[in-house]
Amino acid sequence: MSGWLKDKGHLARMAGLFAFGITAFLVFRWLMVPAGFGLYGHYRAGALDDAGARPLHYAGRAACEGCHTDIVEARQGSRHARIGCEACHGPLIKHAQAPTEVKPTRPDGRVLCVRCHETNPWKPKGFPQVKVADHSDSGPCTACHKPHAPKIS
Amino acid sequence: MNPDRRAFLQKTGKLLVLSASASVAWEAIVAGRPETAENYKMSDHWWGMVIDIDVCIGCGSCVRACKEENDVPREPLFFRTWVERYQVTPDDLEHPTVDSPNGGYDGFPVKDKVDEKVKHFYVPKLCNHCHQSPCVQVCPVGATFVSPDGVVLVDKTYCLGCRYCVQACPYGCRFIDPRTETVDKCTLCYHRITKGLTTACCETCPTGARQLGDLKNPKDPIHEFLREHHVLVLKPQMATGAKVYYNGLDGSVR
Ligand code: HEC
Ligand code: HEC
Ligand code: HEC
Ligand code: HEC
Repeated sequence: MSGWLKDKGHLARMAGLFAFGITAFLVFRWLMVPAGFGLYGHYRAGALDDAGARPLHYAGRAACEGCHTDIVEARQGSRHARIGCEACHGPLIKHAQAPTEVKPTRPDGRVLCVRCHETNPWKPKGFPQVKVADHSDSGPCTACHKPHAPKIS
Repeated sequence: MNPDRRAFLQKTGKLLVLSASASVAWEAIVAGRPETAENYKMSDHWWGMVIDIDVCIGCGSCVRACKEENDVPREPLFFRTWVERYQVTPDDLEHPTVDSPNGGYDGFPVKDKVDEKVKHFYVPKLCNHCHQSPCVQVCPVGATFVSPDGVVLVDKTYCLGCRYCVQACPYGCRFIDPRTETVDKCTLCYHRITKGLTTACCETCPTGARQLGDLKNPKDPIHEFLREHHVLVLKPQMATGAKVYYNGLDGSVR
């Protein structure tokens, strides 16, 4: 009856030891490997959500254009028309979400323009550039150019 | 007696370390996952970018916007994207003069004496979001990876700060954030592109020199651009599977 178990107690002990070891490993692994690890690859799937959950700062020009239709009209046909509003006005999502509470400051009508339009040999030849020192005095460029439609006709 | 006590101390020490690390890991787990973006299916997208050197004016809008949007450290200055300026003697492509004062953050200083014989141009740079990226391959812990929509991201809760990937990137696009001692890099504004917005750098580029593109969307204008221009990726010989395509890239650029 107990013939096949005879002299095999050491095997049972071994099996028990292995079972314990494997269970301990699995428990430890379950504790250590974060949720979602390996779902898409050798990384934590939640990292994608972390990266996607950061706060926004730039609203995007579509948002600005939804409200400021007068500016859209002013820009129509001008060579500035394709520049995103926030390239000049800075990040304004807080304003776009609460327009009356967060009032944007007006950009400096000189520093802003010079950054893009000062003559520099690295710039592409076709880009409108001026030697600022020769072109105007130290006043704002916006004294002559309208920022949303800069051509003086 | 003594050896026993030493063994005991060693064992409890190990146990303490193990349970401490386990509890740290557990904290990360119970912190949970923020909601996945709605209406966004990763498998429908494969992100890349085109950069048109012929129209870049070096205004630095992209560099400033990137810092605003992504809280990139400013003191000292680090960059997820930056603009280099090249001066090349046309017949000596191997020795360009390259500089990038403050990465272009303040725009570029003017040069009064211009040698008409020298070629001048700007080269905006950022992570190339390679899909066979060496930086991902060297990460020992799975803290950096290519997402299913083709963006190379870093898991900041997992990164050890070992700097292998910083070394491995052939384009110099990674740095160690001094505040967290973990690696940081361009995420292609993952928090924006998954919500249907373009990246901060593309949003503020005045000339369209940078354009985000979804290579899996047949209607995306990037396909037409790639068809109609002779484009190149940086260091194609490295076979990194880079997805930032440059138009008008000079042979002197590396
Ligand atoms: C929800 C509608 C709305 C959106 C979206 C919006 N704005 Fe406004 N904006 C307003 C209103 C209303 C005012 C006037 C606020 C006041 O005078 O108190 C204003 C004022 C401004 C001003 C200041 C005008 C001044 O007199 O100095 C600027 C600049 C501006 N907006 C730019 C933007 C930009 C850039 C965006 C896109 C990021 C934007 N706005 C998005 C409604 C909006
Ligand atoms: C080329 C840079 C530039 C761009 C692009 C630009 N703006 Fe402006 N904007 C300015 C400047 C400079 C002023 C300040 C003018 C002043 O001080 O008189 C201004 C003023 C304004 C004002 C308040 C004064 C006014 O003229 O009514 C609003 C509102 C405004 N911008 C909205 C927008 C919106 C919306 C867009 C995008 C559709 C946009 N801007 C794009 C440079 C720009
Ligand atoms: C962010 C960069 C940027 C800023 C800031 C900027 N511009 Fe421009 N400007 C451009 C671009 C881009 C064009 C169009 C180039 C093209 O069409 O190829 C342009 C075109 C122009 C032109 C030529 C218009 C024409 O129809 O010939 C003038 C003039 C001009 N800008 C003046 C200004 C003034 C004044 C300011 C400051 C209020 C300013 N710009 C701010 C980028 C900028
Ligand atoms: C005293 C008025 C005045 C002021 C101030 C002024 N401009 Fe002009 N600007 C002009 C006139 C006039 C033209 C030629 C008409 C045109 O192209 O619109 C012009 C043309 C330009 C052009 C187009 C050049 C081209 O090749 O097409 C740019 C760019 C420009 N200005 C930038 C600026 C900048 C930047 C400032 C500020 C530093 C500035 N302007 C200040 C009057 C002025």
